[in-house]
Amino acid sequence: MIGDAIDNYQVELLLNDVLETHGYDFLEYSHASIKRRITRLYALDNFVSFAEFRYTIKSDKQYFKRFLEEITVNVTEMFRDPSFYKALRNDVLPVLGTYPFIRIWVAGCSTGEEAYSLAIVLKELNLLNKSLIYATDINPSVLEKAKKGMFPLNYLKQYSENYLQSGGLKDFSTYYTANYSLAKFDETLNSKMIFSTHNLVSDHSFNEFQLILCRNVLIYFDKELQHKVFNLFDGSIEKLGYLALGSKESLEFWPKAKEYKRVKMEKIWRKL
Amino acid sequence: MAQTVNSIPCAALIIGGSAGSLDVLLEIFPNLKKDLGFPIVLVIHRKASNESLLTDLLQSRTTLKVGEAEEKELLTAGKVFIAPADYHTLIEDDCSISLDYSEKVNYSRPSIDVTFQSAAEVFKEKLVCILLSGSNADGVEGLKSVNNYGGKVVIQNPNTAIMPYMPQQAVLGVKPNVVLDSYDMADFINNLNN
Repeated sequence: MIGDAIDNYQVELLLNDVLETHGYDFLEYSHASIKRRITRLYALDNFVSFAEFRYTIKSDKQYFKRFLEEITVNVTEMFRDPSFYKALRNDVLPVLGTYPFIRIWVAGCSTGEEAYSLAIVLKELNLLNKSLIYATDINPSVLEKAKKGMFPLNYLKQYSENYLQSGGLKDFSTYYTANYSLAKFDETLNSKMIFSTHNLVSDHSFNEFQLILCRNVLIYFDKELQHKVFNLFDGSIEKLGYLALGSKESLEFWPKAKEYKRVKMEKIWRKL
Repeated sequence: MAQTVNSIPCAALIIGGSAGSLDVLLEIFPNLKKDLGFPIVLVIHRKASNESLLTDLLQSRTTLKVGEAEEKELLTAGKVFIAPADYHTLIEDDCSISLDYSEKVNYSRPSIDVTFQSAAEVFKEKLVCILLSGSNADGVEGLKSVNNYGGKVVIQNPNTAIMPYMPQQAVLGVKPNVVLDSYDMADFINNLNN
């Protein structure tokens, strides 16, 4: 598959269509990466022409669902970057544990792996009962998967290694039951989760949180949109609350960054 | 070094490698001149752990500035950008870097194909890509794109590669502009001109 099939002008046409017809705004996404995803989908689904591709995306609601799912990156894993979860377990969540109630927002939760990881850590710290995890994504179909709490069994070896490296103390298999090729996670974990669609580009703040996790979402946005989303988060984090980003993301160039203090080596900042 | 009339125009140099490529890099880097007129991007397959090892290792062998590529960072001449482990590295039209955590390509993230392809569209005939030793076929599709956009395809002579499979697949699948022994690469790079 070669990235020659669709040019920049066509990408722009398509993204304008998507905004006008479906209300999803991808115009401030990093161009190279969204172009790659569009080109990939075009090749994958064997369209004979760009015109046909464009028409299908505009007019076929069912296909647009697929477009949305394929164009947004949904690759994630449980306990991704174990040292990050170690810092949550040791430095962040015990502090939040002193609060009467903990509200957490997992923004761009995709299929839910990070929300479930977080719930496991909360459970082990005896904090899950007084916590609520709001897991949101732009994409309704990944949320359907997230709600089910079932992940492919063949990933579980990696996940349990991550879990142990992150400071997990139990036998990871106590959290799920294997069902053919899927591992179904304990329902006490998602009993404390609220799943909802939320579009970081166009939707507003909907609550105040002590912790916001948004990992590997902002890398797909241009600088300006990143700053808009930081402002949205800023308006949604309580004083002394935390913001956690992906390992290659940073608050550094955002004008209000000086109002946040970095927690040790991880990409976690505390609002001052 | 004097520029020859035939020297190859280069706005950016991308080097891709997998198993066995580190030896070549360690051979090339001490011999690069320090005022290269273009950026170098390295896409090397490796494990996600030990992030800074490759950066430190190469930095100790060269006067060029070596660093891990950062999200939205601008490519600048004379600097070496290493694609971070576990992320794809893409190049934007304005020569900035986009990182991407999407599916592995050829079981690899970073994938050489991904960076070659995206750079091919941006730098077109002023792109030079070098593919080194390795034991899978990542990079071959990318080199086809480079070819299509008029960039220069350079492949390590498979006979001098510790793992010849990757350069071999490239030689079979793409028409290379140059096939180089590892000990000739530093000279070749020094003679590229912006």
